[in-house]
Amino acid sequence: MNHRVIARLDIKGPNLVKGIHLEGLRVMGKPEEFASYYNEAGADELLYMDVVASLYDRNSLKDIITRTAKEIFIPLTVGGGLRSIEDITEVLRYGADKVSLNTAAIKNPEIIRQASEAFGSSTIVIAIEAIKQNDGKYLCYTDNGREYTGIDAFEWAEKAQDLGAGELIVTSVDKEGTGEGFDIELTRKISDAVRIPVIAHGGPGKLEHFEEIIREGNADAVTVASMIHYDYVSKNKSQGEFKGEGNVTFINSGKEFGKINKAEIMDIKKYLSEKGIDCRYINE
Amino acid sequence: MNEEKKYQVAIIDYEMGNMFSVDHACKYVGLNSIITEDKDVIMNSDAAILPGVGAFGNCMANLNKLDLVSPIKDFVASGKPFLGICLGLQLLFTESEEFGLSRGLDLIQGKVVRFPSENTVGKKLKVPQVGWNHIYENKQNENHWGNSILKDTTSKEFMYFVHSYYVKPDNDNDILTLTNYEGIEYCSGVKKNNITAFQFHPEKSGHEGIKIYKNWVTEIKNFKEN
Repeated sequence: MNHRVIARLDIKGPNLVKGIHLEGLRVMGKPEEFASYYNEAGADELLYMDVVASLYDRNSLKDIITRTAKEIFIPLTVGGGLRSIEDITEVLRYGADKVSLNTAAIKNPEIIRQASEAFGSSTIVIAIEAIKQNDGKYLCYTDNGREYTGIDAFEWAEKAQDLGAGELIVTSVDKEGTGEGFDIELTRKISDAVRIPVIAHGGPGKLEHFEEIIREGNADAVTVASMIHYDYVSKNKSQGEFKGEGNVTFINSGKEFGKINKAEIMDIKKYLSEKGIDCRYINE
Repeated sequence: MNEEKKYQVAIIDYEMGNMFSVDHACKYVGLNSIITEDKDVIMNSDAAILPGVGAFGNCMANLNKLDLVSPIKDFVASGKPFLGICLGLQLLFTESEEFGLSRGLDLIQGKVVRFPSENTVGKKLKVPQVGWNHIYENKQNENHWGNSILKDTTSKEFMYFVHSYYVKPDNDNDILTLTNYEGIEYCSGVKKNNITAFQFHPEKSGHEGIKIYKNWVTEIKNFKEN
């Protein structure tokens, strides 16, 4: 299997943002510009996550999806705040290829079955945001790790599969944005329990982390955000001043983030390939 | 006005899944694409695409309900370029083992089978296959490739796949490309007369996929002008 390296772009209003533990969002730039760059740089897929999911302002997201879908011909998954079959229909119509659901599925698991019957399982990705508890259990949270559900992450993963999910994106809220590495235990237990592909999200800060999560965590795909965003920002500093939603101090300061090594997508793939892990990498 | 715009392509809409990425790709290469379930629009187009995701049985039921089976067969018989993508490849076959046995369009003889849960060495297979995989030529019929819309594509190029089932043509000559998923070699593309169909999604396979669409435009042009 060729392991996918998926560029994840968290979106707030018109901006690409990045947080730690899914919070404290820093504005990084314009999502379409990053997306276009990552496409050329060899990303296997793009994942847009509307992290604020304001019900009042879907227009920014719509514009971002539409502009991306007309120019970029790799798979685009969109998630964040999708509540109903109508919401899913709408983002697919704008140009998304797949949708990612978390809160809506937890509140109403039947939506997984309805959506997979209407659009095909392969269109429906279930996002699991897990936090490890003191007793060692992993529980699901919603709303970027803020809302407790009490649902066991491993039981939910199997249930989501049985209801028709095509893939799972497994987020460790504890690791997200930290650069400490993915949560291997969480990913491995879910990947081993299901027959559908599992995408690991949250925590990579250096190349070794990708090898680790594939070999030890049995991840079928990985997402990467901070490492490639900081790399892009360091190479494209002249994007002008950012205003509007989110914390713009960071991007306007030109500083770097110490815990995370910068990397190009191809650096990650070259590394994996050299370690004997199959991925879409053409050695030229 | 772009010269290629004169070629009208019907993207056959049978209310299953997402046609928009196919539409975007057609427009990107300059085709005048129309998402339609109207028989007359389909028959009057210069070329047609059968896309699709979802379950084989549901899709065939919808094609029957919308009375699209005969128009598709008539269109193929007209000799105009016809492209099948993903489930649109599988539907061309005789039958599928999905949910018992479902009859297909039988434009290409053979059947549609599911990936097993384990490969031959007992390793668990993740199904659906989601991601990029190589396509390569069918050795028994190597000149197929160069005479197809893959003529500018290198053997072993990566394409994007999402599927749980794959096709098994009865006739080896119909096989255009092969792919290997975890030790299981299967047919990932067919060519039979004016039909070209792929299990992978060229419209999701980056620049390499768009190249295939561009060559299809040339095929449409050649058919129309000759």
